[in-house]
Amino acid sequence: MVSTGASARRAPGAVEVRRLDRVIIRFAGDSGDGMHLTGDRFTSETASFGTDLSTLPNFPAEIRAPAGPLPGVSSFQLPFADHDILTPGDAPNVLGAMTPAALKANIGDLPRGAEIIVNTDEFTKRAMQKVGYDSSPLDDGSLGGYHLHPVPLTTLTVEALKDFDLSRKEAERSKNMFALGLLSWMYHRPTDGTERWLKTKFARKPDIAAANLAAFQAGWNFGETTEDFAVSYEVAPAVFPVGRYRNISGNLALSYGLIAASRQADLPLYLGSYPITPASDILHELSRHKNFGVRTFQAEDEIAGIGAALGAAFGGSLAVTTTSGPGVALKSETIGLAVSLELPLLIVDIQRGGPSTGLPTKTEQADLLQAMYGRNGEAPVPVVAPRTPADCFDAALEAARIALAYRTPVFLLSDGYLANGSEPWRIPDPDELPDLTVQFAQGPNHTLDDGTETFWPYKRDPQTLARPWALPGTPGLEHRIGGIEKQDGTGNISYDPANHDFMVRTRQAKIDGIDVPDIEVDDPDNARTLVLGWGSTYGPITAAVRRLRTAGESIAQAHLRHLNPFPHNLGTVLKAYDKVVVPEMNLGQLATLIRAKYLVDARSYNQVNGMPFKAQQLATALKEAIDD
Amino acid sequence: MTDTNALLQLVPKAEGRQSMRDFKSDQEVRWCPGCGDYAVLAAVQGFMPELGLARENIVFVSGIGCSSRFPYYMNTYGMHSIHGRAPAIATGLATSRRDLSVWVVTGDGDALSIGGNHLIHALRRNVNLKILLFNNRIYGLTKGQYSPTSELGKITKSTPMGSLDAPFNPVSLALGAEASFVARTVDSDRKHLTEVLRQAADHPGTALVEIYQNCNIFNDGAFEVLKDRQQAEEAVIRLEHGQPIRFGTDQTKGVVRDPATGDLKIVPVTPDNEADILVHDAHSTSPTTAFALSRLADPDTLHNTPIGVFRSVDRPVYDTLMADQLDTAVEQHGKGDLAALMTGGDTWTVVDRGAAR
Repeated sequence: MVSTGASARRAPGAVEVRRLDRVIIRFAGDSGDGMHLTGDRFTSETASFGTDLSTLPNFPAEIRAPAGPLPGVSSFQLPFADHDILTPGDAPNVLGAMTPAALKANIGDLPRGAEIIVNTDEFTKRAMQKVGYDSSPLDDGSLGGYHLHPVPLTTLTVEALKDFDLSRKEAERSKNMFALGLLSWMYHRPTDGTERWLKTKFARKPDIAAANLAAFQAGWNFGETTEDFAVSYEVAPAVFPVGRYRNISGNLALSYGLIAASRQADLPLYLGSYPITPASDILHELSRHKNFGVRTFQAEDEIAGIGAALGAAFGGSLAVTTTSGPGVALKSETIGLAVSLELPLLIVDIQRGGPSTGLPTKTEQADLLQAMYGRNGEAPVPVVAPRTPADCFDAALEAARIALAYRTPVFLLSDGYLANGSEPWRIPDPDELPDLTVQFAQGPNHTLDDGTETFWPYKRDPQTLARPWALPGTPGLEHRIGGIEKQDGTGNISYDPANHDFMVRTRQAKIDGIDVPDIEVDDPDNARTLVLGWGSTYGPITAAVRRLRTAGESIAQAHLRHLNPFPHNLGTVLKAYDKVVVPEMNLGQLATLIRAKYLVDARSYNQVNGMPFKAQQLATALKEAIDD
Repeated sequence: MTDTNALLQLVPKAEGRQSMRDFKSDQEVRWCPGCGDYAVLAAVQGFMPELGLARENIVFVSGIGCSSRFPYYMNTYGMHSIHGRAPAIATGLATSRRDLSVWVVTGDGDALSIGGNHLIHALRRNVNLKILLFNNRIYGLTKGQYSPTSELGKITKSTPMGSLDAPFNPVSLALGAEASFVARTVDSDRKHLTEVLRQAADHPGTALVEIYQNCNIFNDGAFEVLKDRQQAEEAVIRLEHGQPIRFGTDQTKGVVRDPATGDLKIVPVTPDNEADILVHDAHSTSPTTAFALSRLADPDTLHNTPIGVFRSVDRPVYDTLMADQLDTAVEQHGKGDLAALMTGGDTWTVVDRGAAR
């Protein structure tokens, strides 16, 4: 049973697969805005997009007016999808609102987490008041549950067309084409069809055709330049546990997880960061919560971002740096220093398409080996990966636990898909969150042969192998640490060969010995084939497994949260199956790791096109493995 | 200028008297015999008791290079980090712990080559750091390549036909990077070095102290003209706030402004022009004259090299602004409430078993 909250909306997740393979877009504006023209074009574009669409049972999409718009508001919506759509498309994923009236009339139909593009030029005080907005919905937080893209569509369109011999009013009419270009970018639709269509449609008015084309291209370019996103997350759990829910995106959940970790550790949070897509939202979000004692430092570069974080860690903060793959490359040397200093530090990598600048707005899982090995020397770093947007909250707490307990940098590997996707989240009670408090060194921890009490910065806890964390300001514990190899115990510089060998092995042993929970296997039918995933592939893999089981197949599923160290039972689990399939959005990085470590003949199933797996595609691949 | 540096008041004072010995760590100092670094270390260790801060609240952070071994020899907290990054690391420490006195020790390669970016941004932000830049105009630890402060045409192992790049003037660079405190001193002049340290320590915000330091192995005598008693009288311009800028044997030379160009020039002092001799104003709001002073020295011969405090002005300190924002946020929104934050504004409740499909 589901009871609705403040607004009477259908609870998200009431269907098994909500959005995986389809997007529903609603355009709304004044009747004269040419809304249908925009929608018509988008439909055609979608129809020309790839072979997937040709198999759609209900394509081309119908274009219809949703029920009950405000008078004078014109709108239409269109679904596009690839394979089997499990639900009728009645709730839009995207609303393009050209006016406040259009927003007001349509907002009630939007599920939380939907994308809203608004034409800010029309959101004047007067226009908003006219439809009953006392404060601007763009600023007052009332759209907090959505992904809002405020775009001055009219201004940008007029500016883009300033070299055309058009009146302002004529130029303004092309704003829908600008919006269409932007949406085409966000949903990676091809543009050739639209461009051809515009030329044909306005064959007798080449000026108008050229203007519309320019507006369309300007919209596309705007999306590309501003690295605008649209990611829908899919696969809600089959059963929602009792509780209070909200919708949350991965980057927001991760930000809250960091604040929660700071509270649970009773340490101030310090973020050193440099803006980079798709991680910047964490910097933005944390910067809004200074009343939690959160310090955010926008550094001059990626290196300074992690440098400042490491400095804050030395001073006793819960220190974090956030970035994406290119930033990790720049931070590598400092991560190595953190390994050597043995200070807690979270490195949040929101992975995107690589190598180099790659595809900033597209998703990928290809930084796993960089996180594992991308440093000079033997420099092991624990790696934790969230599996869903909401799970980013728990994963942040878990990464903080490991960092603080073992005094080590920890990688938190999210990706663009999780970061910008959203899903329902059962809001936890702060009292049920784990205790992350740490004990700082307070006094001497070693007695010299002559009986003198002294402090040894590298004398380890026998259980965790963690070294003491002695904060500046603590009398009597003055000590010096650095990146040069140090003597076991004293921490003094040491070039002794045997000591170096011992320290290298000890640092590795500390990471290998981290206490991580066993991996759980979902295997109701004693299957012979196991699908093993990590990170954001959890959604598509779970959907694919459900499809296969519904179709009568036996398949086991396991998903890794800890990639370094692996759960201690992983080898046993892998060896219990005849076949192990590892789907990844890279060329087989996890598969490489488990083949090396466990001598298991894992099969890779890979996709690196910047987009998440589709459930049906995975189901087909897994079926082939089962039948093989 | 700042009688009581409010930021220095945030750092706990030492209980009881300190001596220079208190600041010597148990580590053997391993610079080459005769290195200028020894003199700087002794001057800093000698100055610290006068500063009188609790030893445990002092942190030395360094990068990589000969001078960056410095923290190991100070019996305070310390971090020997990675090449060029000390200002960034120290920024994180200083901005999160205002109860610490944070010092950065760096060299001309560390600060101006690989770490140039962090240096200028620390200066621009005015983080409460005291940066000691040991300038020996050579790479020592990597065995004698030219550095970003080496004179043009420098013959080294990596430049057998002479270096091709024009040097940085660290004081000019710092002034251009909006530094609020810039000074220059010389390793062998203990008294002058200590006086500059005194003023740097008292400065709220980033203080950059360039220390001319002799590398007796790879660039011996680089600053001899400033050290040799007889030559120095003619070569060194000692800047003192509020005093006319005069130097040379019997103070016969002086600095005046050239009315034609607005630039500074050196003239023999005569009764006619004595009134025109520039009076040094380190606290001038405009950095123009400080910059012009930094350009007086001949980069090749080092003649007419000013030493002392070029600029010392008050402007907002990053750490303070950051702390103020945290306080303001609490005043405006109350202390953070995690439960309220996580709940947000738009929720629904699942009261029974959730719908399966």
